[in-house]
Amino acid sequence: MSETAVDPETVEHVAELARVDLTPDERERFAAQFAEILDSFAALDEVPAVEAEPDLVNVLRTDEVREGLSQADALSNASATENGYFEGPPVG
Amino acid sequence: MSHDAFISRETIEAVESGVLDGQRVAVKDNISTQGVETTCGSAMLADYVPPYDATVVERLKGSGATIVGKTNMDEFGMGTTTETSHFGPTTNPVDEERVPGGSSGGSAAAVAAGEADLALGSDTGGSVRCPAAFCGVVGIKPTYGLVSRYGLVAYANSLEQIGPLAPTVEEAAELLDVVAGPDEHDATTRKQERDVDYAAAADGDVDGMTIGVLSELVSGADEGVTAAFEGTIADLEAQGAEVREVSLDSLAHAVQAYYVIAMSEASSNLARFDGVRYGVSGASDEGDYDGNWNDAFARSREAGFGSEVKRRVLLGTYALSAGYHDKYYKKAQDARAWIKRDFDDVLAEADVLASPTMPVLPPKLGESLDDPLQLYLMDANTVPVNLADLPAISVPAGTADGLPVGAQFVGPAFGEESIIRAASAVE
Repeated sequence: MSETAVDPETVEHVAELARVDLTPDERERFAAQFAEILDSFAALDEVPAVEAEPDLVNVLRTDEVREGLSQADALSNASATENGYFEGPPVG
Repeated sequence: MSHDAFISRETIEAVESGVLDGQRVAVKDNISTQGVETTCGSAMLADYVPPYDATVVERLKGSGATIVGKTNMDEFGMGTTTETSHFGPTTNPVDEERVPGGSSGGSAAAVAAGEADLALGSDTGGSVRCPAAFCGVVGIKPTYGLVSRYGLVAYANSLEQIGPLAPTVEEAAELLDVVAGPDEHDATTRKQERDVDYAAAADGDVDGMTIGVLSELVSGADEGVTAAFEGTIADLEAQGAEVREVSLDSLAHAVQAYYVIAMSEASSNLARFDGVRYGVSGASDEGDYDGNWNDAFARSREAGFGSEVKRRVLLGTYALSAGYHDKYYKKAQDARAWIKRDFDDVLAEADVLASPTMPVLPPKLGESLDDPLQLYLMDANTVPVNLADLPAISVPAGTADGLPVGAQFVGPAFGEESIIRAASAVE
């Protein structure tokens, strides 16, 4: 029996946050699957707090101009372009 | 006989002669090849043609290898069977009713079927070792930072490494020699402190080597798998290795920690597929965009992503969302640190650690797809080393019910020579 309540509306809400449209079938199916999967993730509650040893340092390269992709190459996989720019949907 | 190992068959010739002269190498289709389609097994990138080569591809071309095609894979590397590919499944050359494992199933099948001499795959939670085990070939997941990920289409950056597949340990090691090493395009690659020759380490000499058998990862395996694995370990003992059992409490949480971290990183990484710079466009047939950016973005991703990808992107978004970040993501990072520490402790007392690569035999096609949680649990033996950034190898270790069983050896960070040596003694 699942302890995590995941209904199709919750799945729909997360799908909106993730910007992924779902089919009605996926919405129903994911709700049941997410409950089971998130229940299994709850086992992480038993993990003790662990002192991670951070031996991390920033690795920065010198900020020098280097050869990159040409504008044509950068645009080569775009579905629509205009005057050397990507063409996208209206924002807002 | 074709096993649908390739998404595209392309001949990319070498530009320089070298140690791989005359070798035919297959490359997983999430590794960029300039001018040649790189689909990641996804409808989203069905027409994507990278304008540059991945560093590993440049190194192949500079070492005499001929690339013979791009291999099939679970969509964006998400799967354990190569059945989530938009282009259809690959079959296992050993038994065509069964899956080749995933997500580098095409690469393993190409090598097992002799359609390539060598192959490159990528391993985020076992995606090189799993298909190697299921298809009866050798696969190496290198230490994080040994091989450049520049040009590898990212799934979960903190976990994945490109790795070689080959019929023998020595050949896999030779391919690793070619692709390993620092790269100015990937700041996570590390400079080695000394010169290494991985192929030379495949000398089969385990006399005096200490092998720790990971008891948690043996006890969960099917009977036939355990029998083949134990036979292999007994054989190594007969060759002079010292075998002892080791136990790691943290491993019980590895699968959950892995999936939370991998899905969280995937939800962020796959945000780039918006149908504008590349990918399936969210515009209508006439080329016009209806609605605003968010609507077009969501439409593009509905059309471009398969179910497993949507499932992971959504679960990752959920795990990172306000209110759940501490419960899932932070705890998963704690588990990761715990697993790392546990591995460091046992590797201070053993040269390598051993377990079956996969706890099960290769399932039949279509048998396991319906239950994602059960599929995720199949990765129990492979994901811990990705969380700990360690190297591991899968080598054929006999059969059960006529199907291949793989033995996995895990080494300390940048200790590839030890796992290559141990695996070569199994052959």
